[in-house]
Amino acid sequence: MTTTDQPIARHTIAVLVANEPGVLARVIGLFSGRGYNIESLTVSEVDEVNARSRITIVTSGTPMVIEQIKAQLARLVPVYDVHDLTMEGPHVGREMALVKIRNTGDKRIESLRIADTFRARAIDSTLESFVFELTGDTGKIDAFIDLMVSLGEVEVSRTGVVAIARGEHVHMPLVRKAKAKRRAKKGADE
Amino acid sequence: MAKPRTTSPRTPSSTKAAKPEIMSGAAVILRALKDQGVEVVFGYPGGAVLPIYDEIFKQNAIRHILVRHEQAAVHAAEGYARSTGKVGCVLVTSGPGATNAVTGLTDALMDSIPIVCLTGQVATHLIGNDAFQEADTTGITRPCTKHNYLVKDPEKLAEVMHEAFYVARSGRPGPVVIDLPKDIQFADCPYTNAKDKEPKSYRPQVAGDDSAIEKAVELIAKAKRPIFYGGGGLINAGPKASKLFGEFVRKTGYPATLTLMGLGAYPASDRQFLGMLGMHGTYEANLAMHDCDVMVCIGARFDDRVTGALSGFSPNSKKIHVDIDPSSINKNVAVDVPIVGDAATVLEQMLAVWKAKSYKPDEKALAAWWRQIDGWRSRKCLAFTPSVKEIKPQQAIQRLFEKTRGMDCYITTEVGQHQMWAAQYFGFDEPNRWMTSGGLGTMGYGFPSAMGVQIAHPDALVIDISGEASFLMNMQEMSTMRQYGLPVKAFIINNQWMGMVRQWQELIHGKRYSESYSEALPDFVKLAEAFGGVGLRATRADELDDLIDEMIATPHPVLADICVTKEENCFPMIPSGRAHNEMILSPSDQEQQTVTDKGMALV
Repeated sequence: MTTTDQPIARHTIAVLVANEPGVLARVIGLFSGRGYNIESLTVSEVDEVNARSRITIVTSGTPMVIEQIKAQLARLVPVYDVHDLTMEGPHVGREMALVKIRNTGDKRIESLRIADTFRARAIDSTLESFVFELTGDTGKIDAFIDLMVSLGEVEVSRTGVVAIARGEHVHMPLVRKAKAKRRAKKGADE
Repeated sequence: MAKPRTTSPRTPSSTKAAKPEIMSGAAVILRALKDQGVEVVFGYPGGAVLPIYDEIFKQNAIRHILVRHEQAAVHAAEGYARSTGKVGCVLVTSGPGATNAVTGLTDALMDSIPIVCLTGQVATHLIGNDAFQEADTTGITRPCTKHNYLVKDPEKLAEVMHEAFYVARSGRPGPVVIDLPKDIQFADCPYTNAKDKEPKSYRPQVAGDDSAIEKAVELIAKAKRPIFYGGGGLINAGPKASKLFGEFVRKTGYPATLTLMGLGAYPASDRQFLGMLGMHGTYEANLAMHDCDVMVCIGARFDDRVTGALSGFSPNSKKIHVDIDPSSINKNVAVDVPIVGDAATVLEQMLAVWKAKSYKPDEKALAAWWRQIDGWRSRKCLAFTPSVKEIKPQQAIQRLFEKTRGMDCYITTEVGQHQMWAAQYFGFDEPNRWMTSGGLGTMGYGFPSAMGVQIAHPDALVIDISGEASFLMNMQEMSTMRQYGLPVKAFIINNQWMGMVRQWQELIHGKRYSESYSEALPDFVKLAEAFGGVGLRATRADELDDLIDEMIATPHPVLADICVTKEENCFPMIPSGRAHNEMILSPSDQEQQTVTDKGMALV
């Protein structure tokens, strides 16, 4: 019953955590300590009233490893919820990239034309460079960067994937609206 | 800074807006410990925890045991926790105090022992400045604790203290560190008793899924070659879990085996008990595991010491796995019926289904299964030839067991051959009587652990079955035992070798005994006397019984130096990389069963 012959698949996992010091270190330490892959990881606070952050992790592994990753994440004390977006149905995943390209002449015109097809915006420019802003799934951004590389000297900054499930179901609802109101009212009473 | 009292002392505590009391951080810490029912703290003072020690000085509710090394403080708290079911409590200073505690914390994490460890820290404004005795304690202990906290806000101190106890004892228990900067210990902090407040994010599942339980019980009822395989989870779930486990095993008439961590969860003296399983488990337990058709695993985690080679692990069985920690399920071995829940609760649910459906075991199949098991049993895998002159280590432990039978006795061990012999030859009929470092395998665990057990059970007979090499790792605690009059007995199986290392070198490294001989050992009798204890020695088999009697009768700490045959190996054994059915039973098997290249790389 070895697990080595099972196929390796890529999964996007969303984790709702308490926004407290060390929580990211816990998650990253879990991945490095147990030898799991991180392909991308993004984190930001999503609810300042209740101090919740959402982490989106893209990882890969056999089904047994993916199950382990989710179980290990879920048992961390500051973790509220774990959703495997890949398993649970269709989802949208996007990342943003800032791509700086240095070139002149025809290549400069060509890079602007390609940027236009990819719906990338030039957000900074000099006479011999552009900075393009581009969002899309990982494949689209990879493709854009590949094209840019053949047209000049390139520097890239990418956010990594943020993702959310498609459809009307709200998996990890924000609770800050109600709480925020109540707080304000309490303050007024006093 | 006393704040003017605004509420009358008679204000009922139930009023919602009761103003929290304001006191120093150190006072909040002591108050929270008291409200959590802590009776004893194992600790060692230092600069960063002086305010807490000052509060300890001012009160009598909580007893402080001054250890001689912080590692021993954690092991003592583990012994206390494992023998009582309560949370063990530790207090150490910053920097070296905290780093010395790391081995104990890792040990508690691996064996799921509930510990709250308070560590001092430099003042908040100094954190990150490489201050004197500063260490990144939360950073260092993050991977070796269940959870840890750094308290930087006086408002949060009381809440963190209580939450730490909740986290340590709930779900799969484990160690929790609270790092306490010195300025917080002096600061004015509000205290509210949030004893029963659960944190929002950590809610372990206690009851098992009903449909999974029905499916499991049906599988159990229809089994032809079943086996119960219980582990430390049964002990951690409280005595009730062991009781229910015993009830289920007896009701079905099925055989049961236990892991090293689970010993005592089912009476060793019962006919349905096959002994411990795993690398040094019994022949019958391992073969029954290999050949069973339904395996009922409760509170065990398919550890590599238990399974042997996974490719050959119980190939034809349906597996039911009950565990409170979802991450233990399907980790090493894929199971057919996973059930997340507390061992006691799930066993109760299982028994209810068994009764409701009035299931009966398949008597005919069961009789045939028992005939097969009795065949394996007749190999008498634990038999050894007692020597008349020299003391065999197995014989020493067997005699110790026989002589202490019926006594109120607790056993701890160190790590190595003596630990396996203790597991094999000392039978436990009750849970919480057996304390050993299973997961981490910490040499030096047993002696301080026994100290914690003796604190919890002052009138009981507490014996650390030890090896001479392990004993030297935490022998300084002899001084603590003398200070508190703790009559712990160290029963040192002295073969002058790091026996298990030597055994592996003999087996797989061509008898090249590299650095495994204990040169220049101390005279343990004189050592005991130097510490103010009692030293005893036996070198011949006929001295053994008298020594044990004298040891039991001595109301002081005793070091019993049992000089045993030097090159005895621990059998039976599954060589690493082999499966359950490839056990070696005796030295003569050893020649034929060579270790594979793959097995060589395994620990």
